[in-house]
Amino acid sequence: MSLLSLITYAPLIGVVAILVLRLFGKAEDAGTINTAKWIALITTLATLALSVLLVVQFNPGDASFQFVEEAPWFAGISYRMGVDGISVLFVLLTAFLMPICIAASWTSITKRVLEYLIAFLILECLVIGVFCALDIVLFYIFFEFGLVPMFLIIGIWGGARRVYAAFKFFLYTLLGSVLMLAAILAMIGISHTSSIPELMVYKFDPAVQTWLWLAFFASFAVKMPMWPVHTWLPDAHVEAPTAGSVILAGILLKMGGYGFMRFSLPMFPQASEQFTPLVFALSAIAIVYTSLVAFRQTDIKKLIAYSSVAHMGFVTMGIFSGNATGEQGAIFQMLSHGVISGALFLCVGVVYDRMHTREIAFYGGLVTRMPWYAATFMLFTMGNVGLPGTSGFVGEILTMTGTYGVSTWTAFIATTGVILSAVYALNLYRSVIFGALTNPKLDGITDLDWREVAIFAPLIASTLVLGVSPGFVFNLTQSSVDHLVAVYQAAIGG
Amino acid sequence: MTFSTDLGLAIPELVLAISAMTLLVWGAFAPKMTFAIGAAAVGVLVVAAVAAATGPLGRGFAGGLISDDASAFAKVAIYLASAVCVPLGQRWFERRGVNNFEFPVLILLAALGMGMMASAGDLISLYVGVELHSLALYVLAAMHRDNARASEAGLKYFVLGALSSGLLLYGASLVYGFAGSTVFTEIAAVVAAQGVHTGVLFGLVFLICGLGFKVSAAPFHMWTPDVYEGAPTPVVAFFAAAPKLAAMVLFARVLAEGFGHAVPQWQQVIMALALISIAVGAFAGLAQQNLKRLWAYSSIANVGYALLGLAAGTAEGVQSMLIFMVLYMIDVTGFFACLAALSRQGKPMETIDDMAGLFKEQPGLALAMTAFSLSALGLPPFSGFWAKFFVFKAALNSGLTWAAVLGLVGSVVAAFYYLRLIKVMWFDGSTGATDKLPLEARFIALAMAVFSFPLVLGALHWIYPAAGRAAHAFGLA
Repeated sequence: MSLLSLITYAPLIGVVAILVLRLFGKAEDAGTINTAKWIALITTLATLALSVLLVVQFNPGDASFQFVEEAPWFAGISYRMGVDGISVLFVLLTAFLMPICIAASWTSITKRVLEYLIAFLILECLVIGVFCALDIVLFYIFFEFGLVPMFLIIGIWGGARRVYAAFKFFLYTLLGSVLMLAAILAMIGISHTSSIPELMVYKFDPAVQTWLWLAFFASFAVKMPMWPVHTWLPDAHVEAPTAGSVILAGILLKMGGYGFMRFSLPMFPQASEQFTPLVFALSAIAIVYTSLVAFRQTDIKKLIAYSSVAHMGFVTMGIFSGNATGEQGAIFQMLSHGVISGALFLCVGVVYDRMHTREIAFYGGLVTRMPWYAATFMLFTMGNVGLPGTSGFVGEILTMTGTYGVSTWTAFIATTGVILSAVYALNLYRSVIFGALTNPKLDGITDLDWREVAIFAPLIASTLVLGVSPGFVFNLTQSSVDHLVAVYQAAIGG
Repeated sequence: MTFSTDLGLAIPELVLAISAMTLLVWGAFAPKMTFAIGAAAVGVLVVAAVAAATGPLGRGFAGGLISDDASAFAKVAIYLASAVCVPLGQRWFERRGVNNFEFPVLILLAALGMGMMASAGDLISLYVGVELHSLALYVLAAMHRDNARASEAGLKYFVLGALSSGLLLYGASLVYGFAGSTVFTEIAAVVAAQGVHTGVLFGLVFLICGLGFKVSAAPFHMWTPDVYEGAPTPVVAFFAAAPKLAAMVLFARVLAEGFGHAVPQWQQVIMALALISIAVGAFAGLAQQNLKRLWAYSSIANVGYALLGLAAGTAEGVQSMLIFMVLYMIDVTGFFACLAALSRQGKPMETIDDMAGLFKEQPGLALAMTAFSLSALGLPPFSGFWAKFFVFKAALNSGLTWAAVLGLVGSVVAAFYYLRLIKVMWFDGSTGATDKLPLEARFIALAMAVFSFPLVLGALHWIYPAAGRAAHAFGLA
């Protein structure tokens, strides 16, 4: 089996191991649960090791797809896998966040633990599959089936309104996806191929492109999510368990941005150019509007959820700038946001596990009891704001620089978003961490334990490393992005 | 063609007919040997399936009986689906104290009728096939005769079925009167030479209405929810699957072979039926509490999708319809096998709320029902996704863009009720222990679920080309 398939299906080995364990032990038994947790953790760590191996072996100078696997299936569909500079780092990001999610759920999930772990492992398999699939039908399978484990994660282990949130998440995304399915079928009908590399060079008629673009946009805009179809995200985040939020913000949202770069831009260049003003407008609105909304939130998770929508606005803006700077920035922003927003949700999880509330007003003065936590939260807040030295800065500055040459106004409005993000993020930090410790319930709150330190350490390291020396990311993405931009500009005659 | 070659084409029918008579006589003399009779019926159906798959091809009995790739494909599926229902239903009736040897015999007769529908080459064998299988089904629906609801279901089914048979006959006589022949190929020749006469068109519309009843396409669907709810669950598993396929194949046969030169005349009608069925199935299903009723509406929507493939009016469309029906049959049989298996303190679990916490009680069966729900929802990689995939591909390729998009949006509406079932099984707390599951229903349910995913990915290697060959037998472009 080749490396990509191995990485994709490695998590399923863990699933099988847990199922075998379940057959021989009682599901409620403490020993069984503990073993299952270790199985899940080791599986995800092994997947991470394989992904690191993938990135190391990846040839950054080659713009085409690498590690390609191909086997014919039925009806002209093939099982095709491969990665290029755009997708390879998302595989790494997924594999990086998964062990953290498992570790973060170690004590907070107490009911139906085995199913929980299985859901996460299946989700990992599917998400990695999305980034590796080189057949459009295979992509759709991974993309769409990912809804099920997430639906169960929100619905079974979520908060009070979990059923509402799970249904909203599923139906919103499904509606977008079926339109994409219609477009996929139309594309296969027109071009007689379902291979993504072949579709990327196929020249669709501009009139058809418009419809296909809109159908794909329906799916990816919901997934991203872009204003005004973002309303499922705050609900899903608030109700999801901590690790679910990490995966949702850290990885699932990135599938939208990845989709834009993999499908919309190279396959429908004329339509993409035609709709760029629309995307810019929606991105600008998302950045400003959701930042303002975030400021008014009373629930910490909801605030971070809205801030995610704002940050995704930078990504869509960068992608549709159509130049290398913007694309690089968009990829970087997605990676960085994956780490930072994931970390922020984990920060919320830390206090939620102790106090079982996410009300901002409940907290205050935590710095006196939890100095290490305060420092960690500080770093990620700064990353969220986009402070130079953290990874958040690099992505924002590049997307704005890339957009500036194309649409100065959009870039200008986006810069106000940077200020607004500082307003809500620092305000949150002030209310939760600083001030006097007035709530007596907080007196006994404890600082980070060794497990939480182990969870945050890699996130802190990557935020800083990406912020200080982002070069290795650009090194990997450079040739693929240049190729994408060159083809795009040639197609629109720019 | 000599009489003996004609008979050679009808070997599956002969096997079924003679065996059904023999088993009936055997049963009359040894009514206690129900198990042996059931086992023999399964064996006969398997033999008939093998005979259908390997038998000679051609047309016999003056064009009245067709044995081609399409009929072989359909018959194999029909006979095997019928065979699965024999143990399912027999054991179910046994547990309720109704130990009838007639059950397997009726299944054989229904299978014979459905096989004839798949092989019908003229309007007469069409009608004979439809009636033979319908009469067997009416009796099966009312078989649980101490149960008032089952009797009611059987009566309702009979009355509305008789109405649809009337429509079918009326249409057939109009077509015969104006085209001058009952053989599909000769009708096609007349249509090709003289165009579509208004009388023929009237006849065609009546034929479509009659067949619409049989496949339970909206607006001819009214009987479906009531009959599904009232009839014994394993019987529903039977007539929700194979008869639908038989009727769809017959539908395709009439339209493609008899009226292949008049595609524009029927394409719009079929498309309208398809979209109305999808809409009715999706929206009316939202209000259902009883799972059998819910799955009745689901089947209406699914027939809509199959008709959408047929509406494409191309060989690809018919191929997609055949794939759809076969994959759907497996799902629906599996789902009703789950329902037949489940009970709580002897009471069957039939409403959505009854399924609360099923995952904790019966994880295997809950997983199977989840797979069937997701499959019916059209979520990849389950079989239902591939079914819809090929149908929508065919519809888009033949230019039915808006119909395809509306159909896809309809599937999102329907997603709500499938998700509700999953939600109840997975999220909610259990309301009490379920009874021990009967072995055969559990086995059938799990086998079908495993087919739904992952076996379907391998099976399509075989089903896809086979359906392709079958579709080309109808002679559409």
